[in-house]
Order: sequence, then C-alpha cells, then structure tokens
Amino acid sequence: MSNTKKSSLFTIIGASSVGTMIEWYDFYIFGSLASIISTKFFPQGNPTAAFLSTLATFAAGFVVRPFGALFFGRLGDIIGRKYTFMVTLLLMGGATFLIGCVPGYESIGFMAPVLILVLRLLQGLALGGEYGGAATYVAEHSPADKRGFMTAWIQTTATVGLFVSLLVIMGTRYALTKEQFNDWGWRVPFWVSILMVLVSYLIRKNMEESPIFAKAKASGKTSTNPLKESFGNKYNFKFVLLALFGAVMGQGVIWYTGQFYAMSFLEKTMNVAKDQVDSLMFIALMLGTPFFLFFGWLSDKIGRKWIMMAGMLIAICSYWFIYEQMYQTTNLTNKTVQTSSTVAELKTDKDSKQDSVYTTTTQYTDGTVAVIENKMPLEKGQAILIAGKVKSEIKTTVTINSSDKWSLIFWVFVQVLFVTMVYGPIAAFLVEMFPTKIRYTSMSLPYHIGNGVFGGLLPAVATYLATTAKAADHPQWYLQGLWYPIGVAAVCLIIGVLYINAKDKEIDD
Amino acid sequence: MNTVKKILGIVWIALGLAVLYFGITVLGWPKLTSGKQDDLVFGIIIIFILLPIVVGGLVIFGMYALQGEYKLIDDNPEHAHFIED
Repeated sequence: MSNTKKSSLFTIIGASSVGTMIEWYDFYIFGSLASIISTKFFPQGNPTAAFLSTLATFAAGFVVRPFGALFFGRLGDIIGRKYTFMVTLLLMGGATFLIGCVPGYESIGFMAPVLILVLRLLQGLALGGEYGGAATYVAEHSPADKRGFMTAWIQTTATVGLFVSLLVIMGTRYALTKEQFNDWGWRVPFWVSILMVLVSYLIRKNMEESPIFAKAKASGKTSTNPLKESFGNKYNFKFVLLALFGAVMGQGVIWYTGQFYAMSFLEKTMNVAKDQVDSLMFIALMLGTPFFLFFGWLSDKIGRKWIMMAGMLIAICSYWFIYEQMYQTTNLTNKTVQTSSTVAELKTDKDSKQDSVYTTTTQYTDGTVAVIENKMPLEKGQAILIAGKVKSEIKTTVTINSSDKWSLIFWVFVQVLFVTMVYGPIAAFLVEMFPTKIRYTSMSLPYHIGNGVFGGLLPAVATYLATTAKAADHPQWYLQGLWYPIGVAAVCLIIGVLYINAKDKEIDD
Repeated sequence: MNTVKKILGIVWIALGLAVLYFGITVLGWPKLTSGKQDDLVFGIIIIFILLPIVVGGLVIFGMYALQGEYKLIDDNPEHAHFIED
C-alpha cells in the first residue's frame, strides 16, 4: 500500500471514529448528569414527570435505537454510507445541544420534560444509525487482511466517548463553583457537543463515498428495498438471526457487565465511595482500551469467531469467581475494627422538615473507613412509624485503602479484557456477514438489539435477581444478578460455536 | 454436525417458549401490577419489547435450524456469496 493510500485510510478511520466517539459522548453525558437533569426537568413527587423521566432513560436505549438502526440502515443502503452517517451526526449533535438550551420545569412547566424526552429519543435514533454506518464505511475502505484492526478503532469509541464525557464534566465542575455548576454549568457539556460535531462534520464532509458502495451503485446493484431484502427474505433473515443469537447477544451482555454492571456493583452492592468508583473504573478502562485494537488485529490473523467465542467462554467461567473476589475485598465482616464513633444530629432542610441523623464512622486496621448514616425523618418531633417500624434510610459509604483499590482495578480490568475480546472483532465480523446492498441495514439491527435490548436491560434484570435473592436471605445474594449475563452468553456461545462459519469473508461483491 | 444442528432446533424453540413463560410470570406481570411508575415502564418493556424479540427470534431461529437452513454453510453453493462475497 502506498503512503498516500495509507494516510487517506487513517484519515477515514480518524474521521469516522471521532464522529462515533462524539455520538457516544452525547449519549453518555445525559446519563452522567441524570441526577441534576432530574431536578431541573423532572420534579420529585410528580408522578407524570417521574414517568417521563423513566421513559427518557429506558426508551432511548431500548426502543428507539433499533428503530434508528432500521431507519438509517435503510437510508445508508439506498443513498449511501457517507451522507447517512453525516445526518446521524448532525441529528445527535443538534439534539444534545438543544438539551442544554431547554428552560427548566420552573420556567415552562410540563413542556420542559416533554421536550427533554423528545430530544432524548432523537439521540437514541441517531445512535442507532451511526454505528452501522461508521463500521461499514471503514470496513469497505479497508484491505481484507487489516479489516479487523481498522474497524477496531470504531470499537474503541464507546469507551473513549465515556472518558471524554467524564473529562468534560469534571473540567466544568473544576472551573465553576458548585452553585454555578448546579445553576447553569451542567449545560456546558451539552453545548460543547455542538463544537465537536461541527469539527467532525467538516472533516466527514470532504470524505469520499465508500468505494464498494459506490461501485455497487454505479453498476445498479444496490437494493431498492433493503428492509424487505434483509428481513422479508428467509435467506438473509436467517443470517440476521444468527448474528443476533450467535454473536451480538453474548457480546452485548459481556460489554454491559464489564463496563456498567461492574460500576453499579461497586457503588450499590459494595458501597464503595462514588469518587473512588469513578477513578478506579477510569483506570481499568484506560488500561483495557488498547486491547480492542489488539484483538481486532489478532482477528485478522486467526479469524474473528474463535476470539469472540473464547471471550464469552472465559467470561462465563470466571464471572462468579471475579465478583466473589470483588465483594470480599470490601466485606467489612472480614476486617478488624480499630476505632468507631457515632454522632447524633438533628438536621432541618429548607422546607423546615426535620431528620434525626445518626452517623457512625468506623476505622479499620487496614485503613478502610466505613460511614453509616441512619436518617430518620421526623413529624412533629416524632419518628414516623410504618407497620410498627420506624421509617429510616440507611446509607453506607466505604472508603477503601490503596491496596484494595488496585485489587478492584485488576478485577475490573480483567472484565474489560473480556469486553475487548468479544467487542474488538465484532464490527468486521458483522460487516463480512452481509452483502453490500443490505449491509448497513442487516448489521445495524442485530447490533442494536444485542447491545440496546439484551445489554441495556442487564442492570435492571440483574438488580431484580439480586434484590429477590436478598429478600429470600440467599447467602450469596450479591452474585445472583450474574445469572442473566452468564445465561445469555452461554446460549450465545453454543449457537455461535455450532452455527457460525469460522471463515472470514470477502466483502467486495 | 448437521444432525446436531437440526435437533438443537427443538431446543431453541423450547427455550423461546420457556423464556415466554418465565418472562411473563416472573418478570413482566409482577412489574406491571406492582403499582410503581418505574416498574410499570420496565414491565411494559419486558412484555412488549424484550419478549417478542427473544421469543419470536428464538422460535424462528429454531424452526430454521430444524428445517436444515443452517446445515453445510461452508459447502452449500446457495450460501457461496457469504463465504466469498
């Protein structure tokens, strides 16, 4: 390959990856700022607002993403990859910028949550269309023996987008006072998006259409109805099903387990302090990200299928052990108390509501500090009784020592490695599964169902399983949520091993 | 191997039906009837989004497997363009 060709290929990868990274950034900042957004747009105690809030959280991820995949996939197979993924970029950037501009509930009432919901749905729609376009575009430019490595850059964008969103939010918090941030500063990360999108748009605008698609279009080989050809034709539809049940379904749950469930487990089940969770997740993800490229590259050498299947198998076999190790790291019953003290206070909030608060701070010999706050709301100076029991909220926060922190980083890093094994080669794998004329449509739908639906439901289903087990006094209740990713990945592994063709394919038809 | 692939078609159909039963009785219906807003949305998503995709997909996949649609992918000329596009 000549130097010119090489550099243009890296421009293509760079422009595609940056755009996709920005789309993930846009999607994540809403999640990262969810608590502050809810106070501005979804007032507490209002059931309709709470309903809209839940809908905004769930619907964008689960329902709208597959629709985006269908809508933009169809466009991409008819009009072309380049124009379609420019539209998704502008749609995402515009929706994100406007979220930062919508006046709060106090100014415009119910229009505020309704507008936020609509903009959030547009974000989901755009995200559904972006990935397939970027992966297809890069793959169709790449030489066959480097396709896994080249498309692996697109695979890093989901993680890099999370980094950048955290950095922009942290930077904004650092530059402003707490009051300024809570008042208007939270809007800044949304406004920043439009600048990034404009830069990415200008880069993408000057790029050429995918050569394989352009060739197919010139020879009249493109599809006039990609949806019908992809899903109405048994011959193609069986491959869509195979992609979903034999690869993407397992990849989706392993990705969500390593990147999101691990974080929720640390914070909610193990009660590790939020700032420590953020920093250890940040380090583990940063250490793991280069492995997306490594496994993408390796898939060019030894094939995609067995790397993905090995990732699923190792994850299935080791999740139970890993999460047990993580849980025991901060299990306070395994530690020796050094000092313990309790402070009782009467707190009055701005609405003159009073709470009786008991805060117990316990220092352990290994440096761990646990703070247990028992808050009992008062009515006319008396504790509130519900079914004969005093109403109270107990919040535990554990600040871990440096050694435990590095142990947890290691266990999260191991899980991120599984993610890179299943996720690194999958773009090339999906691209190679479908012919040019229906590629964008056919690969986008299983990808977004596997990740959005199977993966996206993981936190809710896993939490439900763990909560039910805890209510039944199961001794290892904290591990029961793992049955969901283990079960889904096991079925996917069996289907993948038995039914998927291990040979990598040529995509230029 | 092709016989195994075909026979397992029955397993995928049965799995789809098992997911339907447990999805409704254990996850979906209790959430729909709990009276909480969050649970209501979650229940709707389980019953009207997740279950149709999983159950419908697995049953159709099982039927295709049972009909031998996935046999000899490597050798069947009908599938040639998936191997060498």
